[in-house]
Amino acid sequence: MKKLLLLGDEAIAQGAIDAGLSGVFAYPGTPSTEITEYIRASQEAKNKGIVAEWSANEKTAMETALGMSYAGKKAMVCMKHVGLNVAADAFMNAAITGSHGGLVVVSADDPSMHSSQNEQDSRFFGKFAQIPVLEPSNQQEAYNMTYYSFLLSEKLGTPVLMRITTRLAHSRSGVIRKEILPQNNLSLPSDLKQFVLLPSIARKQYNTLISKQRIFEQESTESGHNHFIEGKDKSMGIIACGISYNYLLENYTQQTIPYPVLKISQYPVEKTLVKKLYDEVESILILEEGYPILEELIRGLLDEGKKIKGRMDGTLPRTGELNPNYVAKALGMNYEEGYDIPKTLKARPPVLCDGCSHWDSYYALNEALEPYSKGRVLSDIGCYTLGALPPLNAINSCVDMGASITMAIGAAEAGLVPAVAVIGDSTFTHSGMTGLLDAVNRKVPITVMLLDNSTTAMTGGQDSPGFGHLESIIKGLGVEEEHIRIIKPLRRHHEENVAIIKEEISYNGVSVVIPRRECVQTLAKRMKLKHAKDKMQKESQSSKK
Amino acid sequence: MKKDIILAGVGGQGILTIATIIGMAALSEDLQLKQAEVHGMSQRGGDVQSHLRISSDPIASDLIPEGGADLIISVEPMEALRYFNMLNKKSGWLISSINPFKNIKDYPELEDILKEIWKLPRYVTLDADKMAREQGSIRGANIVVLGAASPYLGLKESSLKEAIKTLFGKKGQDLIDLNLKAFDAGKEFSLNSNS
Repeated sequence: MKKLLLLGDEAIAQGAIDAGLSGVFAYPGTPSTEITEYIRASQEAKNKGIVAEWSANEKTAMETALGMSYAGKKAMVCMKHVGLNVAADAFMNAAITGSHGGLVVVSADDPSMHSSQNEQDSRFFGKFAQIPVLEPSNQQEAYNMTYYSFLLSEKLGTPVLMRITTRLAHSRSGVIRKEILPQNNLSLPSDLKQFVLLPSIARKQYNTLISKQRIFEQESTESGHNHFIEGKDKSMGIIACGISYNYLLENYTQQTIPYPVLKISQYPVEKTLVKKLYDEVESILILEEGYPILEELIRGLLDEGKKIKGRMDGTLPRTGELNPNYVAKALGMNYEEGYDIPKTLKARPPVLCDGCSHWDSYYALNEALEPYSKGRVLSDIGCYTLGALPPLNAINSCVDMGASITMAIGAAEAGLVPAVAVIGDSTFTHSGMTGLLDAVNRKVPITVMLLDNSTTAMTGGQDSPGFGHLESIIKGLGVEEEHIRIIKPLRRHHEENVAIIKEEISYNGVSVVIPRRECVQTLAKRMKLKHAKDKMQKESQSSKK
Repeated sequence: MKKDIILAGVGGQGILTIATIIGMAALSEDLQLKQAEVHGMSQRGGDVQSHLRISSDPIASDLIPEGGADLIISVEPMEALRYFNMLNKKSGWLISSINPFKNIKDYPELEDILKEIWKLPRYVTLDADKMAREQGSIRGANIVVLGAASPYLGLKESSLKEAIKTLFGKKGQDLIDLNLKAFDAGKEFSLNSNS
């Protein structure tokens, strides 16, 4: 079969399609976005009637996938690592209910925080939920393991977590497909109380989950995803998890690895494999992309056994993603260094696009707040977070999705009045609405700047769930109509916009100002498409003549 | 055969077009390929790079080791400096456009940037914008740079040109011709500047 050239994300998507997927649900987030985008764009998925939808947030996506699994079909839910925090309630309890149709949860971690606010390791979440976790090392494994995860999920009646990191998500390589499996028919669980987590049932279900732990371990070995590679030099053994295995191989392209190696791509890890390695070597080097999870387990609290090297003793950096050079150093190998980076080089941080509406919104807000002391703007996650950087210096927080409104409430209740929240349209419907309800109920004097560019811009312009009905949502939550103000963020409206923001800031209650102008990126895309369509129409008309 | 290539530029400059063409050409020659890209926040006008690895043997790491790049191809001169540590000192080539993309206040003098590049033993620097304009449109500047890099890629010229035809095929013959001319202009310049 012909190889497909796929991103790690796309390999997961194709693996799911070929395993008989019926639905994928997600909220976009780097580096996970391309999984769902691929399925949405796939003609094959369309022909098969696979549902591929953006949800309002990761929790609603997770629950929708669980519902599809309940109805007997194979479902997948995709998110970035911090999205799993949002979905955590559903995720943790799905481990207790178990699955019916195959259920795969994909969480894409971002070590080194290329596009994130932390580098939490989703394997930890998998352990927390006590479900199997897969961690592919390359694109082919990403495909294979997704395919396998659906089978495993159905075989053991458990959700399965697929953990990848940025480097694999956004790197392309050849992938060979497997036999295509059919979708499941609609069917309900044989026990219709399986998903009712009343305490009496939950206890029973929890015991079932616990009793499966040993089987999960055995599966990790029997699947072949964790395997032992013999080596003659027993002075050291190496445990390589996920993508770090590639960095190990990279240092031995000209020779075989002299040390015994344990390649790990599935958790929980069976003790016997680790014991075999531990017993035959003098020391162990542990390579993990993310937290030192396995390293901590093997060291134990007392750490009095054989010498262990890894992220915890400085052999490898404690934070950030690994690379071939870090691993070379850990192996005690030399490598040819390149040239020194010239001092002439300057940093080039990301900036808001030319013509972006956020510039005008922030210029107006900055001016409206000039009479007050600094530090009054609580903000959120999106392109507009770049407003924190010079020359704007316009915002003072970015913590988690939706935290702008709720933090502004807390700050106002502490006496910081006026306090302003800045949030985007997609972030607002993701997790801002409930906070706004709190503000309305308590009549807290905050002003919400709801920057409406009518898209989920940062991740590439996905649909914004509140598009076309933001005002009715805000009104429905109880914000008074006269304090919902829509402005046009353009330079020529600057004075007027400043005046409106000033008015609302001085109002002793909840007000929402909506600067509304389409994202310049999606606008350009739309125009390009329109242009192409017009051209095609013209051509077909002229050919008819 | 093995080539490790760093593609450098600024978000929005379209380095992935170059990566796609090299990738398609490599696949047509039955080579293995890995290509790590940057998506997300940096795409908004920040520095972006792609690690492109092609080889007749299986490729392990998605990332090129430091000091291991056979080639740095940059569509922006200052961005070329950012990856000096990646370049193989024994054999690595640096191909860069000399057309600055200034979206920061403290952008250095072009002369100072070029001084650093010209210290390297193997480089090609070219006014890709001007050359692209001469061929019909500044939009071909990327392909001019690709053309300049082409003698060092270890790929057949015909494979690269086929890839250009395939990639721009949907957009009409005019665009294909424009890009093929841009490619040739870059290639000629590169060969003449180092003969």
